[in-house]
Amino acid sequence: MTTKVVEQYEALANRAEEILRQRATADKIRIQVGSATCEHAAGSRDVLDEFRKHLAAAGRDDILLHQTGCTGRCSREPIVGVMVPGQMPVKYERVDRQLAHEIFTQHVLQGRPVLEHVLDGPVERLARHEILICGSVRCGWKGPRPFQEVLAEKLSAAGLANEDVHVVRAHCFGACNAKEAGHFSHLMIQPDRVLYRVKDEAELDEIIREHLVGGRPVERLRMPGKTIGGNFLELYGDVAFFNRQSRVALRHNGVIDPESIEEYFHYHGFRALAKVLEKNDPRWVIDEITRSKLRGRGGGGYPTGLKWKMGNEAFSPGVHAGKGTFSPGVHAGKGTFSPGVHAGKGAADRTRYLICNADEGDPGAFMDRSMLESDPLNVVEGMIIGGFAIGASQGFFYVRAEYPMAIRRIERAIELCRQWGLLGKNILGSGFDFDLEIRLGAGAFVCGEETALIHSIEGERGQPRVRPPYPTEKGLWGKPTVINNVETFANVTAVVNYGAKWFARIGSEKSGGTKVFALAGKVQHTGLVEVPMGTTLRTVVEEIGGGVAGGRKLKAIQTGGPAGGCIPAEWIDLPVDFDSLMKAGSIMGSGGMIILDEDDCMVDIAKYFMTFSQDESCGKCTPCREGTTRMLEILERITSGGGTPEDLDKLKRLGLLMKRASLCGLGRAAANPILSTLEHYSDEYEAHVVERRCPAHKCKALIHYEIDPEKCVGCTVCARNCPVTCISGERKEPHLIDQSHCIKCGRCFEVCRFEAVKRM
Amino acid sequence: MSTCTDNWEQVEAAAKMVLGEPIVDFIEQASAKPHPESQLIAVLHEVQSRFGYLAETHLDAVAQLMQVPAAKVVGVAGFYHFFRLKPRGKFMINVCIGTACYVKGAERIAQKIIEELGITWGETSKNGVFTLEGARCLGTCGLAPVVMIDDEIHGEVTPDQVPALLEKYLKKARE
Ligand SMILES: Cc1cc2nc3c(=O)[nH]c(=O)nc-3n(C[C@H](O)[C@H](O)[C@H](O)COP(=O)(O)O)c2cc1C
Ligand code: SF4
Ligand code: SF4
Ligand code: SF4
Ligand code: FES
Repeated sequence: MTTKVVEQYEALANRAEEILRQRATADKIRIQVGSATCEHAAGSRDVLDEFRKHLAAAGRDDILLHQTGCTGRCSREPIVGVMVPGQMPVKYERVDRQLAHEIFTQHVLQGRPVLEHVLDGPVERLARHEILICGSVRCGWKGPRPFQEVLAEKLSAAGLANEDVHVVRAHCFGACNAKEAGHFSHLMIQPDRVLYRVKDEAELDEIIREHLVGGRPVERLRMPGKTIGGNFLELYGDVAFFNRQSRVALRHNGVIDPESIEEYFHYHGFRALAKVLEKNDPRWVIDEITRSKLRGRGGGGYPTGLKWKMGNEAFSPGVHAGKGTFSPGVHAGKGTFSPGVHAGKGAADRTRYLICNADEGDPGAFMDRSMLESDPLNVVEGMIIGGFAIGASQGFFYVRAEYPMAIRRIERAIELCRQWGLLGKNILGSGFDFDLEIRLGAGAFVCGEETALIHSIEGERGQPRVRPPYPTEKGLWGKPTVINNVETFANVTAVVNYGAKWFARIGSEKSGGTKVFALAGKVQHTGLVEVPMGTTLRTVVEEIGGGVAGGRKLKAIQTGGPAGGCIPAEWIDLPVDFDSLMKAGSIMGSGGMIILDEDDCMVDIAKYFMTFSQDESCGKCTPCREGTTRMLEILERITSGGGTPEDLDKLKRLGLLMKRASLCGLGRAAANPILSTLEHYSDEYEAHVVERRCPAHKCKALIHYEIDPEKCVGCTVCARNCPVTCISGERKEPHLIDQSHCIKCGRCFEVCRFEAVKRM
Repeated sequence: MSTCTDNWEQVEAAAKMVLGEPIVDFIEQASAKPHPESQLIAVLHEVQSRFGYLAETHLDAVAQLMQVPAAKVVGVAGFYHFFRLKPRGKFMINVCIGTACYVKGAERIAQKIIEELGITWGETSKNGVFTLEGARCLGTCGLAPVVMIDDEIHGEVTPDQVPALLEKYLKKARE
């Protein structure tokens, strides 16, 4: 095949390595600071500035400041990593200027980690070695006793007490293949970055004896190469929030500098593209993506391979030659790429477009932002491969204007790719031409819908149109167009590099790979969670997310944003993938996952989403425009105490009507949050309309505040804080609320330290 | 550029005056690309980032220079929430009312700001310092509730912090 592609790729990769070598990053102490919208919001710029000052003052050239994106550990940001060669990497949480100062003077200069502020700490001491073991139940060793037990026993027999060696059970490393599963176990020894594959106790003994005691890695048992999440685990494997995840789409988040193409090359960047261009066969790519069972991550879950196939086969109206024939006729021969030349009469127009949907409209999802800010080149590489597969020479990034930093990072990534010859004419000498352009959204949720998005790129109002024809037949400027989500593209390089079989095996039966969830709301650890398709809600919410914050009780899990529904707490063992969530009356959507606790009123949540949909309805079709308005009116009536039992029937009828009769996905799904809460929480609706009571004490019109004279000590704090001064009482005497003036702001309830104010 | 109007030169000159050189350049570059009309939204973004909002005169000028019907420009500007058709204060306060922020009490933050400034959604404070708007998720849900003032994001805001936060920007405005 075209070895020229491989040669060119290797030349670029070597050039990148050479540049990195000149920076001599390997033997330096690295201080790593996150730079992303969330990191900045938490104060990481101040932290970076503080380190810069210290570094300049210290005058040391063996210390390096390294920028990364975000790891997706939102509630603990800013996160700072200190990597001293030969020692365990240490991550600090919630770093501010003061702590940065301590980290620099104590840890970096004097070698004493600031143990009280270690991520998820404090810890008493850092272990000399850390052993990460794969905790997957599917693969892994099938000895008579669990691997972890055997390992613990052998370690103590070898005199390696807990302080020396710390064992961490992680989730799947992605290191097994179908043939070997069940016969081996994998373990990673840190900080040496050695991954072993062991099959029996003798091999384990050897590793303990030679490596842990003797300090000589056992090359014979070492895994060649690296697993997909390897780089990430080397840095973050000790943290429970991370090691229970399987990072594929997010594998570089928090590892690489998003603005450095050299680092991206270092982590095998563009290898997938080189492989694809070397094979020079769009059919191969499409087949591989199809076999991987990759399904669109934008919400619908449409098989990506199939979409690409349709995009490749489609012909512009009026010019197609021979229907249904699969014709990657673009490649007339080795190295010659000839768009427009197609077997048939005359020159068929093979113009087609590829679009990355980075509109991220679900108001509670942020995985796409994180990927674009932390690993933009991976998304760009996925798009170039997609462009090749469908035969497009032009692609677009449709990004929401609310993400200025993501926009800057994509701009930078595109610029770098052009400079390195990875976008533009004759990419890697393959003859394939492809370029990318950014188009900004302007704050309309409906523009996430494919046909509306196309109108928006065309410079029109973003209103949907009737489908079919689907964009794959007739899209942007009337040409066949394939639209995929950011996360979909982010998975493409993984499929090409690690193989379709491997990818399919990670996921559930019908969907391959992982899914990234944006975990937020009333959960202890908010952030990005990437787990295999089919992982249970329990793993995501409890094991990784740490359960509900503040010891409150889990009530529901909202998935799919305004198009999704609420899954009751009892269903926590539900495995999550596209199909199971649909069956539960919700949808996967883009992966927003909002945790609701006992203080959340389900009617209020339903109203919240309906307010959103009503506001965002483009008004083109009546069922959606009128339906959302009517439903919102009814929900407002119910939450303000004027609802009747008939209203519940009306909601249901209207909802079902909208589902059937609306033109686009927005209207069709807008009733989902209401229908799903009506089904699972009918008692709560009934309490509102029959007893005029809000069980969660959320709906203002249905609650009031009272002071318990038994508990009130007369401290006067509430009276001084009441904005309408409707609380009376002498100092040291029980106080009283004048209900006729109270505006139910809840201030008294919050400030009373004696739990004397009751919300009823 | 077509000159179907008798006084095109005057019209063109006036439009260029209204928008200023950088935007006129931007429009000219856009016009040289394939599908120039598709650059309308990008042009409106440019205008808004320079003037803070889209005045009628701006929209007219854009229509003239891009040679698209004024009705279309007005329609597009009005369709998208991101475009502001009224002048804004010195600082934009965007209270996130996305789902994560909502369940973490964004309403109470907004209420406090509304009380403090005596304005409601979409309005500008009398002293011209603040304009209050609601945002649908700023992508930092992990730090909810979130308030963005101009480009700066403030996470885990409590109602009690609001006065001090506003004061910080008032001070900046006075400088
Ligand atoms: C109202 C509405 C909003 C949508 N918003 C988004 C979005 O923000 N991001 C996205 O990728 N897909 C969104 N979608 C789905 C897209 O229309 C489309 O199915 C998706 O981008 C296809 O990519 P995929 O196959 O990779 O998932 C939305 C759909 C509807 C109906
Ligand atoms: S369903 Fe709603 S958003 Fe979709 S076209 Fe109709 S009115 Fe517009
Ligand atoms: S704050 Fe509580 S204890 Fe104090 S006066 Fe009010 S109700 Fe009584
Ligand atoms: S709820 Fe608000 S208005 Fe009512 S008594 Fe308490 S502080 Fe005063
Ligand atoms: S919901 Fe407020 S930042 Fe996402």
